Amino acid sequence: MTDIDAVSEVRGRSLWADARRRLFTNKAAVTSMIILSIVAVMVLLAPFLSPHDFDATDWELMSSPPTIANAHFFGTDSLGRDLFVRTLYGGRVSLMVGIVATLVSLLIGITYGATAGYFGGKIDHLMMRFVDILYAMPFMFFVILLMVFFGRNIFLIFVAIGAINWLDMARIVRGQTLSLKRKEFIEAAEAAGVPGFTIIRRHIVPNLLGVVIVYVTLTIPQVILVESFLSFLGLGVQEPFTSWGALVNEGAKDMETASWSLIFPAIFLALTLFCFNFIGDGLRDALDPKDR
Amino acid sequence: MTDQLLTVNDLHVHFSVPGKGILGRSRILKAVNGVNFDLRPGETLGVVGESGCGKSTLARAILGLVKAAGGSVVLSGEELVGQSLKQLRDKREHMQVIFQDPLASLDPRMTVGQIIAEPLTTFYPKLSRDDVRARVKNIMSKVGLLPNLINRYPHEFSGGQCQRIGIARALILKPKLIICDEPVSALDVSIQAQIINLLMEIQNEMGLSLIFIAHDLSVVRHISQRVLVMYLGRVVEISDRDTLYENPRHPYTRALIDAVPIPDPVKERSKQSRLLGGDLPSPLNLPSGCPFRTRCPSATDICAIEEPQLREIETGVQVACHAVD
Amino acid sequence: MTLLDVKDLKVSFETHDGIVRAVNGLDIQLEAGETLGIVGESGSGKSQAVLGMIGLLAANGRAEGTVMFKDRDLLSLSKADMNHVRGNEISMIFQDPMTSLNPHMRISRQMAEVLQLHKGIGFAEARNKAIEMLDAVKIPDARRRVDMYPHEFSGGMRQRVMIAMSLLCEPDLLIADEPTTALDVTVQAQIVSLLAELKRDFNTAIILITHDLGVVAGVCDKVLVMYGGEIMESAAINDIFYHAAHPYTQGLLHSVPRLDNIDAKQLHAIPGNPPNLLHLPEGCPFNDRCEQVFDRCKHEKPHLHDIGSAHSKACHLESLP
Repeated sequence: MTDIDAVSEVRGRSLWADARRRLFTNKAAVTSMIILSIVAVMVLLAPFLSPHDFDATDWELMSSPPTIANAHFFGTDSLGRDLFVRTLYGGRVSLMVGIVATLVSLLIGITYGATAGYFGGKIDHLMMRFVDILYAMPFMFFVILLMVFFGRNIFLIFVAIGAINWLDMARIVRGQTLSLKRKEFIEAAEAAGVPGFTIIRRHIVPNLLGVVIVYVTLTIPQVILVESFLSFLGLGVQEPFTSWGALVNEGAKDMETASWSLIFPAIFLALTLFCFNFIGDGLRDALDPKDR
Repeated sequence: MTDQLLTVNDLHVHFSVPGKGILGRSRILKAVNGVNFDLRPGETLGVVGESGCGKSTLARAILGLVKAAGGSVVLSGEELVGQSLKQLRDKREHMQVIFQDPLASLDPRMTVGQIIAEPLTTFYPKLSRDDVRARVKNIMSKVGLLPNLINRYPHEFSGGQCQRIGIARALILKPKLIICDEPVSALDVSIQAQIINLLMEIQNEMGLSLIFIAHDLSVVRHISQRVLVMYLGRVVEISDRDTLYENPRHPYTRALIDAVPIPDPVKERSKQSRLLGGDLPSPLNLPSGCPFRTRCPSATDICAIEEPQLREIETGVQVACHAVD
Repeated sequence: MTLLDVKDLKVSFETHDGIVRAVNGLDIQLEAGETLGIVGESGSGKSQAVLGMIGLLAANGRAEGTVMFKDRDLLSLSKADMNHVRGNEISMIFQDPMTSLNPHMRISRQMAEVLQLHKGIGFAEARNKAIEMLDAVKIPDARRRVDMYPHEFSGGMRQRVMIAMSLLCEPDLLIADEPTTALDVTVQAQIVSLLAELKRDFNTAIILITHDLGVVAGVCDKVLVMYGGEIMESAAINDIFYHAAHPYTQGLLHSVPRLDNIDAKQLHAIPGNPPNLLHLPEGCPFNDRCEQVFDRCKHEKPHLHDIGSAHSKACHLESLP
């Protein structure tokens, strides 16, 4: 065959590449990403960063302020457990809850919302009324009920938070889908004979992702906060496991005598929340098509 | 009659419009209201009319993108109205569309190659990747795009180039019919001419039939062999091009042609045009009788009572008007 | 006295990808009661030029040069003074009338507000003037319709309302940016004939920005043809249509299909794509699409020079290479 490939192909600059370029010029977002990666690495490497175990009691040093000599960098709590390690282990739980619950809600929300939005009509009507009904359920009541029936369990927290959060996601995705559906390229795909679910997968979802990603970065801190709130109420993770919320709860009790037990977990929690929010803002600016 | 590529018979498309207030009954908007025409292989039919006359809905109904409320659309001897979605999809191999807004009709997240290949990979999923690429590049050079731009994204192209991408996508399955819905009205004047020339060239080369929908009567005159004039969902006149432009029978056709400004100051300023007064009536609340009578300079009593039917007044000229004999 | 005298107007925008020079040295002279057509395609800078003149550029835009309107330089006026000139002495109508009408306000209020602000008269009197003006632009039943909301009017009627509103203070200059592009041909014909009548009755000078040569042929006295931010050719209406001297003007005239000329088998398209203002070619901005291009066009920018009475062009052709 005659080779038309002879001229070398030019690589295109995708919208994603454009967005990435803009994101990396945003100082707040880049700083946040760096801080967040450091926190994530510390949390992952927790066992290697300290000689202490997260549930081992140091009988000689209960409620000790931070010291370098004994490697209790953040001090110990009232039971003599090292707060540095506990903070990092708590971070594992908090971040995991945040990320896993968000991913669960993402998966359900996108599928549900895009389907309702794309097919429209009666299907949309039915699916969205179901969402409305779930919305009307009091969340705390729902969580307490689950805890009472099944006992306290970290996976139940995932389920409970995920089950509530996908509702928002589904609504957002449906709204976006409705406006995308009217675009001519969707009609062009229909005219080309592409079946419905393929259109959702190939054309709708990739074009939704911008909005969804921004929403995700703002949902993760929200979920972390909800988990902290549940732990604060005593409904969250179970001892000896812990989370940032649970640590803050305990620290708050000894605030006057052992301020370090509140300050360090609180700093980690707040820092992470800030970072996610800055990244979310940065992403929104980077993906906003009005900027071009 | 059997040598027609497409026959549209008494086609109706209705939309339901929510009523006013909570208890308002939803009303029926008759966007396409009994349209008849046919199209020979290799022919270009221009469809003109003002916005809201149903010309785009007609295109979507023929393509099966909106559901017809009644009538028939026969493409190469096969009835399309009332077919299941899946059966309709198979027919779309022979019938493609080009849209008005060149950029909006291309998925911004896909490369040009993926966009053009989509119809091909949908109908022939077993084609090898190299085969698909070769065909895409082939069609790209045919519509005047450099094949080495295959990995670029739509936003990196100008409006005219995006429309070429849209044309390439419509051509890749080698369809028999392409419906062009205002394909040049969003483009710059100098680019319009490029796209019109390209469409005419390709039509000649591939023996395509075109339905060319536009509001620009000069463009339609240039590209079409026959022209169909629509007003409020109805056909008011169909005839071959030169007869229609030189001797418009329906008062609406006459008014449309008179209203087109001529880029020649002396001719334009000496032109004695009869301006059409008033506005398009709401399609939800059509006048009785002839839909055009509220703006028609030669309306009489009978126009309010009886709706004129489309009838052949000489070979190849069909008009729906009481005043024409 | 010349009503509007623009000298060396430059408009630039600061963007992510660098400075975009939308207009590069524009000269306009307009007498009272004259109609000037500015013709060009997207990227020609025709809209940005007039927005720059009257201080309506986007926040990242900058206009330089002098814009003498009567005896003041508009570019050196304060914001408050400029606001007073706009609406009172210069008014503007846009392609989409809905963008300049408040959907939540009755037409009567919106029109009266202009008069109350600029002329300091009461609401009742202003409303009566509004009715008169709606009558003048031939809105049927103006007395009843003046109290309706914008969405109750059709597209053509809204454009009439906009024109009525812009004429309320009897401006000396009316700028119309693609006023008929969004309208159907029959409505376009109505609006064009309305503009021609207003020009006669009110002696208003009009700048009409459009890409439609047919509309220009109908109402303009003189024409500027712009490309890539520069004037390519400037002449009286008949010279542009019958003695076009610039290859771009000729190309534009030949690329539109015409109802009165059916012999053309193929349209004479201008090759290439509209200019990208970020990457204008060196020399003449049109050189990469021009069919009569020669070496000099690629290095040296042609300057606008007279080639007849009130007829000038920016092109090296005919002048020695």
